[in-house]
Amino acid sequence: MNILESSFVDYLLTAIPLGMTFLYGCTGEILTEKAGHLNLGIPGIMCIGGACGCIALRILGKTNCPPALIVIIAILCAFLGGVLMGMIYSVLTVTFRANQNVTGLAMTTFGAGATKFIMSGMATNAAENYIYALKYFRFPFADSTTSLKYCGVMVYLAIIIALVASYVLNKTKVGLRLRAVGENPATADAVGVNVTAYKYIATCIGSGIAALGGLFYIMDYSGSFEAYKSIEPLGWLAIALVIFTLWRPHISIIGSILFGMLYLAGTQLPAMLGIKLSISATPLMQMLPYIVTIIVLIITSVSKKRENQPPQGLGVPYFREDR
Amino acid sequence: MKTNSNHTREPLFHLVKRDALPFQKALLIRVIAVVLAVVLCALLSVALIGASPIKFIGTLFDGSFGSSRRLWKFAKDACALLCIALAITPAFRMRFWNIGAEGQTLIGALAAVAVVHYLGGSVDNWLLLVLMFIAAVVSSGIWGFLPAIFKAKWNTNETLFTLMMNYIATGLTSYFLMVWTPSGSSVLGALPFGHLPVIGHEYLVFILVTLILTALLYVYLNYTKQGYEISVVGESENTARYIGIGVGKVVIRTMIISGAICGIAGFLIVSALDHSVTTTTVGGMGFTAIMVSWLAKFNPLYMLGTSALITFLEQGSAQISTNFNIDSSFPNMIVGIVLFFIIGCEFFITYKIKRSDSHKKGEKIK
Amino acid sequence: MNRPIALELKNISKYFGSVIANKDVNLTVYRGEILAILGENGCGKTTLMNMIAGIYYPDHGTILIDGKEVVIRSPKDAFEHKIGMIHQHFKLVDLFTAAENIVLGVDDNKKYNINEINETVAKMAQKYGFNIDPKKKIYDMSVSEKQTVEILKVLYRGADILILDEPSAVLTPQETDKLFEVLRRMREDGKSILIITHKLHEVLSISDRVAVLRKGEHVATVETATTTASELTEMMVGKKVELNINRPEPKNVCDRLTVKGLNMTNSDGVKVLDNVSFTARAGEILGVAGIAGSGQRELLETIAGLAHPATGEIIYHNPQTNADDNLMDKNPIEIRELGVRLSFVPEDRLGMGLVGNMDIVDNMMLRSYRRGHSVFVDRKKPKDLAHKIVDELEVVTPSTKTPVRRLSGGNVQKVLVGREIAASPTVLMAAYPVRGLDINSSYTIYGLLTKQKEQGVSVIFVGEDLDVLIELCDRILVICAGRVTGIIDAKNATKEQIGLLMTETKSANTPKEENNNENEQ
Repeated sequence: MNILESSFVDYLLTAIPLGMTFLYGCTGEILTEKAGHLNLGIPGIMCIGGACGCIALRILGKTNCPPALIVIIAILCAFLGGVLMGMIYSVLTVTFRANQNVTGLAMTTFGAGATKFIMSGMATNAAENYIYALKYFRFPFADSTTSLKYCGVMVYLAIIIALVASYVLNKTKVGLRLRAVGENPATADAVGVNVTAYKYIATCIGSGIAALGGLFYIMDYSGSFEAYKSIEPLGWLAIALVIFTLWRPHISIIGSILFGMLYLAGTQLPAMLGIKLSISATPLMQMLPYIVTIIVLIITSVSKKRENQPPQGLGVPYFREDR
Repeated sequence: MKTNSNHTREPLFHLVKRDALPFQKALLIRVIAVVLAVVLCALLSVALIGASPIKFIGTLFDGSFGSSRRLWKFAKDACALLCIALAITPAFRMRFWNIGAEGQTLIGALAAVAVVHYLGGSVDNWLLLVLMFIAAVVSSGIWGFLPAIFKAKWNTNETLFTLMMNYIATGLTSYFLMVWTPSGSSVLGALPFGHLPVIGHEYLVFILVTLILTALLYVYLNYTKQGYEISVVGESENTARYIGIGVGKVVIRTMIISGAICGIAGFLIVSALDHSVTTTTVGGMGFTAIMVSWLAKFNPLYMLGTSALITFLEQGSAQISTNFNIDSSFPNMIVGIVLFFIIGCEFFITYKIKRSDSHKKGEKIK
Repeated sequence: MNRPIALELKNISKYFGSVIANKDVNLTVYRGEILAILGENGCGKTTLMNMIAGIYYPDHGTILIDGKEVVIRSPKDAFEHKIGMIHQHFKLVDLFTAAENIVLGVDDNKKYNINEINETVAKMAQKYGFNIDPKKKIYDMSVSEKQTVEILKVLYRGADILILDEPSAVLTPQETDKLFEVLRRMREDGKSILIITHKLHEVLSISDRVAVLRKGEHVATVETATTTASELTEMMVGKKVELNINRPEPKNVCDRLTVKGLNMTNSDGVKVLDNVSFTARAGEILGVAGIAGSGQRELLETIAGLAHPATGEIIYHNPQTNADDNLMDKNPIEIRELGVRLSFVPEDRLGMGLVGNMDIVDNMMLRSYRRGHSVFVDRKKPKDLAHKIVDELEVVTPSTKTPVRRLSGGNVQKVLVGREIAASPTVLMAAYPVRGLDINSSYTIYGLLTKQKEQGVSVIFVGEDLDVLIELCDRILVICAGRVTGIIDAKNATKEQIGLLMTETKSANTPKEENNNENEQ
């Protein structure tokens, strides 16, 4: 029994950090969608975030910069990279009123491509720089020999950001206005809310947050520069998570861990339960988050409960003179 | 007396929807956008890889037209993209945002491979091909039908639904690959059965079939009653109601067709090109196809051009990455940049920026 | 009048292109009074009020508040001058609670505390006698509750001058009474209230003074206590204008469509059709008069098979088979399959009757594309028809390949009416077919409708200009709040008579069945 328990804790402790990758992307996407923009560029933005963070590490790694500061700068760089991508997206979809789906997909094409381009040039000669940075990413459990070592600063940061986002959305004036912009931009406009500004800011900050997910995944969770190759599929899971948690950042904390556990179930469950599962079961297990998301999507649309619907203005460009 | 203009809060400039620009002018704006994008990419390549812009552009063309082998590959890849773009077009014309072509095509390819895996060698080749075709079309049709029925009945968001279906298709593919490969290596070698006959060049059949499909879809969308219904539903559901078109019925029917064409694409990829399947068989073409269709304004004939343009960019920049020994992801970056420009330029085609003249500036109240 | 003046308009004019919306309007509003703004549809009431509320900016003239000249360029400016307007179409976020909607966009430096706001809102509601739960979500609310939220939204921003655009249009009589009580309390509180309306009995019951507008101009402002309904009607509709529309005597008149006891309730629970019964006859034009939104649209859509009301009968007397078919609960295709040739020119031309992005030829096919067993559409006949309509109705268009969206309003309407007539209907329904059209196009449409009548078609014409209704139609059905308040002979009708029927409500005298011309035929 004890073995089962400890292996469950082990399972949980690996699932939590993986979930945080989704959580960053999910919180960012929720902010964007609350402003009425479906950003399918999140996977690309997460990739870019990883790349920007790695550039910072590579450049600063050679200097005498204190490692803790390097980590902070890497996080900031990733965030800024995301904001930059968010800017491109906002210019095209808010100001130029381009089709959001097409723009988002182009962002992902570009982001994934640019990231691979950047990372392939660095992967070989920068690895040593980051090994000791990892220690600071994984503060305070870096020296632990158990799976606890994966729960570093960025895990807490993800949870804090999600909680703050949830607070801002639901308990502040800014959040109220942001939600109004996504639900009914014409109404928000009529009472004097600057719709364009809210859309820009929400999209850019959302993209910045999502970008941290990429950095976290490369630098912390997998601890390997090669990990940039597998960010993109995780980005799509982050978008699925938005639907799964019904656009609520605080629920997405639990949701992301659940998704992490589902994603790892194929490899972790057999170990935990001491059974032998065919290796081919893994891909089936990894399908589960998507299936669960579809089921949630269907249930919410059938039940028609208003609180659980996507923001009403999602995907519709706002043009004041269309009224 | 409803008037929307004459807003007083308007800044000096405001946006006005244009009357449709003449075709040549709109095309010119798009061409300018592509040229600007390529120039930017050339400058970028100077900065990043130290290639001269002239050489950059030269290699870009070399990638697709440099040799007959490259030309064939260019034609094949453009047609693969075109084929999937054709599939999503009926749905897009209906304003049904099907971004699940990736999965719809993959599941079709998987079904075709499954038929070969289980029946290959035990039935005649022509029968095998027929069965592969049926399996691919039916399974892809189901992949299209599922989001459609929920959209029609409960207005379930089709963008998110079709997106999720992609990854279920991927998951199923990697599952079956593990089951089918004895060692669990997931690498399925080229299948010995179920090949389409080769006429002339090995890609020729595939290219011809795609071109025929393009013509057929063009006719379907523009000259049949069903195609007309799709346009009416896409333009205005209210009008559809007014003349008694069942919107739900059209949505479901069109999505089954959309899925089925993806199935044909999957079937062709397996039987004429790859003779196998992997999780990356479609390799993002399902998403790129959305751009192809959208850039062509959902017109199958224009898609010949847009799929060629994107393939040209991809192959050209792939050539650059080979010649200059840089990462193979370079093409994605180039295509991404060009897409940003084309997406952005649509704005200048749809809107014009007008100086506000609703009230002259000087004329304030005394 | 020694009360202080709250708001003064001096020589306000507003033009939309060449159309005059308001011309040299002068208006004074005192503190603590209710001023009714009375006028027909399209007389410029709403435009005038929109200028006070900052939606539009006047082309000429000045606005004074408390004797000082002000510039109001946006709703925000208006709020700063303590002016708030409650529009007819509510601007509320459905997913938010009442209180959330009320504070949305308010720029005070207070910390956002929803509990406090709930309390403030509740207190404010209590003060004026509103019955509302601040925590209730908008999507759960009835129309009158939503209206309450809109009023509170304005009060919360500290408005002293409130403008209400036809507040009773969406309310039941009971709800209207309640609203008026609240308005009276606000008046006692020193607020100035401007209420746009065209319902006479409301004007008489609530207002202190009435300002009457006609065709964009201010006719007069009178004390409510010293005026009468008929005096107001006369000011509102003005003198009869001779239009010289050709009206041939109906020939071979026979019943074509009998509507019996239609009842319909909309999604907000408001009764939009209330026991509507009438007969439309072949060979004559039946006019439908009524204030906008009195159930005209629902009535026509029901007959066309687009809306399905709770109860009632629609009997079509088929001239070919002599059979009586019930069209209730049938969709447009089923109706056509019965052999009923019903044409319908809807109010929303580009949103319903035509597809804006399609060319004229493709729009011609909308009704007929199903014909034949081929899977292909036949564009030959629609093309001929398109050319025929362009030639005969003098549609101004570069070609028949031009998207109809790019045609002018009059030409769009010619295309639509032309197509509907080309189907050689036995019943032709047209909703506001001349709205927004210039004089020449309007006469073309009148001519087309009259020609149809002469060919034995039963024409149903929903209009807003009473002069046109009186000269074009043979009989006029007057509808008010979903109820038929009278069917009168157009030849002997007067504008005042129709105007009174249009504004008659249940609380007023019993409906007069002026169906007095049966024996004339």
